[in-house]
Amino acid sequence: MTNNEPVISVRDLVVGFGAATVLDHVTLDVFRGEILGFVGGSGAGKSVLLRTIIGLLPKRQGTIEVFGTDLSALEGRARRAVERRWGVLFQQGALFSSLTVRQNIQFPIREHLDLSPRLADEIALAKLEMVGLDPGVREKFPAELSGGMVKRVALARALALDPDIVFLDEPTSGLDPIGAGEFDELIRTLQHTLGLSVFMVTHDLDSLHAVCDRIAVLVGGRVIAAGPIEAMLESEHPWLKSYFQGKRGRQIYH
Amino acid sequence: MSAAALTGTVEGERVALAATGAWTAESAAAIEQLIDETARRYQHARTVDIDLERLERLDTFGAWLIERLTRAFTAHGSTARIVGLADADRDLIEEVRLVNRTPANRGVAEHRVLVALDAIGQAVAEIGWSLVLLAHLFGALCRVVLGTIAHPARLRFASTIHHLERVGWRAVPIILLSTFLIGAIIAQQGIFHFRTFGAEVYVVDMVGILVLREVGVLIVCVMVAGRSGSAYTAELGAMKMREEIDALRTMGLDPVEVLVLPRIVALVIAVPLLTFLGSMAALYGAGLVCWLYGGMTPDIFLTRLREAIWMPTFAVGMIKAPFMALTIGLVACVEGFEVDGSAASLGLKTTASVVKSIFLVIVLDGFFAMFFAAIGM
Repeated sequence: MTNNEPVISVRDLVVGFGAATVLDHVTLDVFRGEILGFVGGSGAGKSVLLRTIIGLLPKRQGTIEVFGTDLSALEGRARRAVERRWGVLFQQGALFSSLTVRQNIQFPIREHLDLSPRLADEIALAKLEMVGLDPGVREKFPAELSGGMVKRVALARALALDPDIVFLDEPTSGLDPIGAGEFDELIRTLQHTLGLSVFMVTHDLDSLHAVCDRIAVLVGGRVIAAGPIEAMLESEHPWLKSYFQGKRGRQIYH
Repeated sequence: MSAAALTGTVEGERVALAATGAWTAESAAAIEQLIDETARRYQHARTVDIDLERLERLDTFGAWLIERLTRAFTAHGSTARIVGLADADRDLIEEVRLVNRTPANRGVAEHRVLVALDAIGQAVAEIGWSLVLLAHLFGALCRVVLGTIAHPARLRFASTIHHLERVGWRAVPIILLSTFLIGAIIAQQGIFHFRTFGAEVYVVDMVGILVLREVGVLIVCVMVAGRSGSAYTAELGAMKMREEIDALRTMGLDPVEVLVLPRIVALVIAVPLLTFLGSMAALYGAGLVCWLYGGMTPDIFLTRLREAIWMPTFAVGMIKAPFMALTIGLVACVEGFEVDGSAASLGLKTTASVVKSIFLVIVLDGFFAMFFAAIGM
C-alpha cells in the first residue's frame, strides 16, 4: 500500500522552550498509507513533534507540509479544512468529560457536517462498533469507562470524520499486554479498512514490531534513523542497539 | 470529483442501481436523502443490484449509507446485492455490514407531570442528602479534632500555616478595600437621608452598630466564601478526580485529617482576624465620609462612637466569625469531595459551594440574631 507520496513532510524543524532546544533540525516524512512508529527516550520530544505538526506548539524554524501544503501559510477556513482531514488520539484520551460516549464521537461530526440526527447517531454507533466496543456503552460518561475503553472511544472520535491521517500519542500505554495487542490489531485493521496514514508515538516494542511499516528514531533532538524494523535491528548505532537489543528488546525479537 | 448520485433502471422485477461520484462525509446529508427516496421508489422490486463500479471515493459515511439502503430493501422483502465492488472498498463494506444491528433502545417518554414531580423529589432529596453529608463531615472533623487535641503532633502545622497565608494574609488587601468602601457607603447614605430629619449625628450609632454586629462579619464571610471556599472545593475536587484522595486513603491516611483539618483550622483562625480588620476599615471609611461629606470632625465621631457602642456590640460580631468560618469550610470540603469524574461537575460543585456557604452563613446569622436578642446582647 505504501507509495512514495508523503502526506506529512517535516523539514529542518526547530522547536524549543526558552533556552532549551527540544527538536534540532528534524527532518521526517510520513508516506501515504503507512504506519510510522516514532520512538525515542522519555522526554526526547516525541510528543513535542506530534504537537508541533498538529499546530499546538509553535515552531522556530523549518517547514511542515501536510498533504503537500505548508501549514504555516494556511489560516482560517483553509487551515480548518486540513485539520478536518486528520484525527488525534491523545495520550489520556482527552474525551470531553461532560459528554456521553455517543456525544463525544458525534462532536466533530456535528461541528463539521450538517447531518440528520438519525444519520449522526448511526455513524457514531458504527464508529463505536468499528473500534470494538459494545453499543451498550454509548450513553455512558467517560468517567464510567475503563482505561482501555477510553482509548477506544478516543480512537472512534479521532476517526469520526474519516480522516486521512491519524496521530496516535502512545496508544497502548496504560493497557495490559492483551489489551495493547488487541489495540495494535485494531489500528492495523482500521488502517487497512479506511486507508489511513498513521503517525504513532510509542514506547511499545510489541506494537513497533506488530503494526509499524517504518520506524523513526528521535535521539538528542534529531531523527537519527528511519526505516523498517529490520534496519533498526541491524543498526550499529549505540542507542538503537540498547533500545532494540536490550534485555526487553531481545525477548521480543530473538 | 463529481457529486454523489444514484441512478436506477427498472428491468422487469429487477432494479439496477448505479452509484457514482464521491460517497464521502461531505455529501452524506445529500446521499441520505437520495437513498431514502430510492428505497421508497423501488420498494416493490424483487431484486436490487447496487453497482458500485463507478464510485470515485468511498468512506465510512458512504459505506454505511449503502448498507442502510441494502437493509431498507431487505426489510421490504427484496433481495439486494452489491456488485462491482472495488477491492480497496471491500473491507469497509464488510465492516459496516456488522454495525448498528442492535436496535437503539430509546427511553420511553414519561408523562410531563411525572417528570416534574420526579425533579422536585430529587431536588428535595438532594437538599436532605447534602445536610447529611455536612453532618457526616462535621462528625469526622470533630473526631479528628479530638484526636489532634490528644496528640497535638498530628496537626499538620506546615499545611495549616500555608493555608492561613492563602486565606488570611493574602485576603487582607481586598477585605480592607471592600469593607472600607462599604463603611463609607453606609455613612454617606445615612448622612444623606438622616439630614432631612436633622439627625445626622445618629449616623455614627447606625454605622457603629451595623458594622460591628452584622456587616463587617457578613462582608468578610461573603468574600471568603467566594475567594477561599471556591478554591477549597476546586482543589479537593481536582484531587478527587485524579484519585489523589484514594491514594491518601490507601496509604492509611485520613483525608479529613490531612486535607480538611488544616484548611478549616486556617479558616477559623483567619476569618475572625479578617472580621476585626474589616470592621476597623469600615469604621475608618465611615469616619472619613462623616468628616469630609458630613462635616463631622473625627473627635466628634469618636466621642459619638464611644457612646453608641459597648463591648458586647463588638463581641457579637467576633463571636459569630469562627462559626461562619466553620460553615464555609465544611460546605467547601463537602462539595469538593462530591465532585465526580467530569469537568462539568467540578464547575457545578464549586458554584454550589459558594452559593450554599453564603446562604448558610446568612441563615446562621439569623439564628445568632435571635440568640443574642434572647440573652440581651
